[in-house]
Amino acid sequence: MGAECKCNCEQDKSLDALFAQNKGNPNGLIVVMAAIQESQGYLPKDYLVKTAEELGVPLSDVYGVATFYAAFSLRPRGRHSVNLCLGTACYVKGAPEVQAMLEKEMGIKAGNTTEDRRFSLDLVRCLGACGIAPVLTVNGEVYPRMSSDKVSEIIAKYE
Amino acid sequence: MATVSLTIDNVKVEVEQGSTILEAAKQIGVNIPTLCYMKDINAIGACRICVVEVQGARALQAACVSPVAEGMVVKTNSAAVRASRKMTLELIQSNHPQECNTCQRNTNCELQALSEAMALGDIRFVRPAQSHSKDDIDNSSPSIVRDPRKCILCRRCVAVCEKVQGVKCISTMNRGFETVVAPPFNQSLNDVNCAMCGQCSLVCPTGAIVEVDDTGKVWRALDDANKHVVVQTAPAVRVAIAEEFGMEPGTLAQASWWQPSPPRL
Ligand code: SF4
Ligand code: SF4
Ligand code: FES
Ligand code: FES
Repeated sequence: MGAECKCNCEQDKSLDALFAQNKGNPNGLIVVMAAIQESQGYLPKDYLVKTAEELGVPLSDVYGVATFYAAFSLRPRGRHSVNLCLGTACYVKGAPEVQAMLEKEMGIKAGNTTEDRRFSLDLVRCLGACGIAPVLTVNGEVYPRMSSDKVSEIIAKYE
Repeated sequence: MATVSLTIDNVKVEVEQGSTILEAAKQIGVNIPTLCYMKDINAIGACRICVVEVQGARALQAACVSPVAEGMVVKTNSAAVRASRKMTLELIQSNHPQECNTCQRNTNCELQALSEAMALGDIRFVRPAQSHSKDDIDNSSPSIVRDPRKCILCRRCVAVCEKVQGVKCISTMNRGFETVVAPPFNQSLNDVNCAMCGQCSLVCPTGAIVEVDDTGKVWRALDDANKHVVVQTAPAVRVAIAEEFGMEPGTLAQASWWQPSPPRL
């Protein structure tokens, strides 16, 4: 087959092993889902259907769990994960303006991923760094004392 | 059988070990209000309407899931209990559309009855925007209508669909205010393997899951001089009618004009 292989085949094999290991075991649900999220970057529908079938859990429950935990995502994530803190301290120090600028520059609303999958923009509540509010993180890297005029320079660093 | 003795509202009672406070109270005729609880099917302590005061306990306890213990002293109707239940109800109502007059469950609704029994006069915390809107109503199914706006998340329907019907095509999705009882992947009831048994609508304490109301259609049929109207109670109406008309038993009667109901507004 000429189609380009987009998956990470090695990890896919380890998923198969995990499915086999948890066959008929509803208690393995979270572990299996976490492994799918890890290897695929999100929870593709096919995988959730397979999880339901293999583990013997109703699909409605699988989907319920997938939509309950913030660690799971049903849509592909961007290459760079941008988190803006909207906790109390960051909020009063101007995070809403930073959010507006980020959304404008990326052309998406918070909670979404850009069309080219370059960025996922999410809002978080208090990162425990209120002293340097407003706080922005990109792939875990911290940008303290954010203001809207710093936004375009920062996101230009990530391709 | 080992028993446990305890005191409920100053009355001594002896019950089987492992019983809940709710069951023990019932034994002496003390009624503790419940919303999410369904005997043998749903005991998840979700709604907190059944709270009672247990002497020595740090917080009020949900009677439907709290086992009795030797020497326990329980008060089911103290000031603290009443205040807590009323607050819980008020919070449930804060995210509930206040349209009882036009609701199919009007005068037959557990939430309404409880609010009346507790003389809930004021709802102080009405949310500026409710979690779900009329656009979220699912009327895809020919038999069942889901209105998430009226759902109090007691999960009785989820439990009955799984444990009694063995279908489990609905479950709780999302979290917080966005929580909704629905089929997976934002599908409508007609897209999934719902058996249209109606068990969920039967156990729903509010008007969040109800049967499709076809009364208007029946009136139109009755008013149609060219139509002969036959009455047949469920289940298996179509099979029964076919048999009545001399078709092979098991045949599904289907009129030439029949088609699934269009979505209602
Ligand atoms: S009608 Fe029956 S099968 Fe369908 S959701 Fe309700 S309980 Fe489940
Ligand atoms: S639809 Fe009815 S039975 Fe189901 S969780 Fe909501 S209120 Fe409870
Ligand atoms: S509020 Fe943003 S770090 Fe605490
Ligand atoms: S009836 Fe006990 S918590 Fe709902």
